[in-house]
Amino acid sequence: MNQMFFGAMPYILLTIAIVGMIWRFTTSRYSWSSQSSQFLENKTLFFGSFPWHYGIITILVGHIIGFFVPSAVLAWNGVPVRLYILELTGLAFGFLALFGLLALIYRRLTNARVKALTSGWDVLILIVLLIQVVTGLGNAIVYRWGSNWYAASAVPWMWSIFKLNPQVDYVANLPLVTKVHIFNAMIFIGLIPFSRLAHFVVVNPYKYLWRPYQVVRWYKRDPRTANVIQYK
Amino acid sequence: MDLRAQLSMSFHMDKCIGCHTCSVSCKNVWTTRRGAEYMWWNNVETKPGAGYPLTWEDQERYRGGWEVSGGSLRLKLLKGPGKIRTLANIFFQPNLPTIDDYYEPFTFDYQNLFNAPAGDDQPVARPKSLITGEFMEKIVLGPNWDDDMGGSPLYASNDPNLKGLSESQKEMLTKFHKLFFFYLPRICNHCLNPACVASCPSGAIYKRGEDGIVLIDQDTCRAWRFCVSACPYKKPYYNWANGKSEKCIFCYPRTETGQANACAHACTGRIRFVGALFYDADRIEDVAKSPDERIVEAMRDIILDPFDPRVIEEARKQGMDDNWIKAAQESPAYNLFKKWRIALPNHPEFRTVPMNFYLPPLSPILHNAKAESGGMFDPESSEFFNSIDKMRVPVRFLANMLSAGNEQLVLESLKKQMAVRMFIRQQRVGDVGDSAVKNALSSVGLTAQDCTDIYRLVSLGTFQERFVIPETHREHQTAVDPRTMYEKRGTVGFGAKNAEFPRRTW
Ligand code: SF4
Ligand code: SF4
Repeated sequence: MNQMFFGAMPYILLTIAIVGMIWRFTTSRYSWSSQSSQFLENKTLFFGSFPWHYGIITILVGHIIGFFVPSAVLAWNGVPVRLYILELTGLAFGFLALFGLLALIYRRLTNARVKALTSGWDVLILIVLLIQVVTGLGNAIVYRWGSNWYAASAVPWMWSIFKLNPQVDYVANLPLVTKVHIFNAMIFIGLIPFSRLAHFVVVNPYKYLWRPYQVVRWYKRDPRTANVIQYK
Repeated sequence: MDLRAQLSMSFHMDKCIGCHTCSVSCKNVWTTRRGAEYMWWNNVETKPGAGYPLTWEDQERYRGGWEVSGGSLRLKLLKGPGKIRTLANIFFQPNLPTIDDYYEPFTFDYQNLFNAPAGDDQPVARPKSLITGEFMEKIVLGPNWDDDMGGSPLYASNDPNLKGLSESQKEMLTKFHKLFFFYLPRICNHCLNPACVASCPSGAIYKRGEDGIVLIDQDTCRAWRFCVSACPYKKPYYNWANGKSEKCIFCYPRTETGQANACAHACTGRIRFVGALFYDADRIEDVAKSPDERIVEAMRDIILDPFDPRVIEEARKQGMDDNWIKAAQESPAYNLFKKWRIALPNHPEFRTVPMNFYLPPLSPILHNAKAESGGMFDPESSEFFNSIDKMRVPVRFLANMLSAGNEQLVLESLKKQMAVRMFIRQQRVGDVGDSAVKNALSSVGLTAQDCTDIYRLVSLGTFQERFVIPETHREHQTAVDPRTMYEKRGTVGFGAKNAEFPRRTW
């Protein structure tokens, strides 16, 4: 059972994610975005989108830091005060994200205009995200000091996955809530290519900070291409 | 010098009858799709009026356009240094208009008129939202809701151009016999310093080097909607159904083949003129930074004289075809804006350096002049000519709208138009004195030849004279793209490579 969920599924879902993304990017780049509905409703969205994104991005960055430098996290947590600070901050951002997510779900369910644009995929994602945030918060509250044992259990397991040598034992004995959290995260990754989650993998906006304001395209400037982009 | 070409449209506001033929032609050609129903790439507003979307000219609210801060240009939207703010607001944009600022697109339940069961009451066709498909309680806004002021000053009193007018001048709005209004037809200005391009985090919007048309690459657009907020004219529109922004494309598939834009072609008042301009791209930034009083002059300065041999040489060096040089020399845009100085840009103070020009309307001014002097004016008296500037209400209003508040520029144009009328009236009717005409001409600095030319273009202008649009000759550019025209059929321009509009599946 564990072998199947935490040994084989990661590979299946990662493959789906990668192949799916390549497939969607090449065949339907047009749809590669999150279809914004702020234009139709912006009052509730404010209370949903802002807290949600800033909350979840912070949490995600925390997970990623833990993944790459678990030793640093453990070292930081060596002093109890610092551990409390880290845990409480994480919890606060988690609740911020939960609040935003609930506002977004409420909005999807109640606003007629937004409902008209809601696809089955959107509903599925909201369910997956809700499970993810609730189990995450549950972990943090019920099984305290997650930042410590995350670094000692899930992180080595993830590394073992990437090293193509899955060590299921690292996670086999974790509590059910945690297992759901981990498995659901993989479902999330698998869904990226098939939904609005595609916007999660954005390659464009960072360039904006460095490029000059204006963009000019020339049709006949360079004989080799038909579409020369110049900035000025 | 970095010489580039720009296609530009000019509008003779006095002749616009507010018939909306232009808007309807544009809609029929480009925006009848789902999600685009509410878009009017070309729209005609009654002025004074709130406009579409409501109070779009109020940049305190929308923060469109540019401002100069610390000697450099920055998007008003950013409010702080650097572009980081754009990215910080990527999850929720505080200044984005919503569909309620335009109107909720609707249709009527016509079938009910045919299918309603027999009953005591006449069946009605109730309005139905095109977004939700549900019946609407009440239609509260629609295209041209305040057309011809909508029968009340309610909307007109919100016109941002009324600032700087005294209370008694504003009162004019409510006095039926003193009322003035006119029409402002609007398309995207295809600006030289477009705020839409500058705000796009994806780099999806671009200006075409060859003809200056500003387009949105539909495959690259990621629905961030910053262009909608940043454009002070609110001319990019968000397609809520497929999650892409769209805007006026200056009918480039038509202009590339030398045909007039759909709106201009259809215009019943024949108020529109389309032509090419040469400008110096090196100086765009200086123009955009000019102080309000000087900005229109600065715009005129970077338009290059297409007869100047150095300009022609430079154009050839840039690989410009001879038909473009010839078109620039016969360009109505050049004549109206630069040579005769009678056309003015719409809200140059937004600093996007817009490339559409408007001849300010004389009619509301004359109307007021007449009202003041008992309803009649005597064309022979020079008093009339000189009293134009006494009619402060509309001049101030027009200056707010067309010259960043510089009344002199509006007066110059109005007086010139008046002088042309007197000149032609003397020729046709002969009831205006020689000296009156001479004085009028010399005081505005027009020659008899200028008057004849202006009259020829704006009153008699044939199709070929009003629309001088050089072809792009894509078929010759085989070095660029070796496919023949036959192989390329069905491909539409730079961005979309599919003949059909792509469908969104998620
Ligand atoms: S009018 Fe607006 S949309 Fe058009 S080019 Fe200028 S800034 Fe862009
Ligand atoms: S078609 Fe011409 S006259 Fe009629 S509203 Fe449009 S611009 Fe004005």
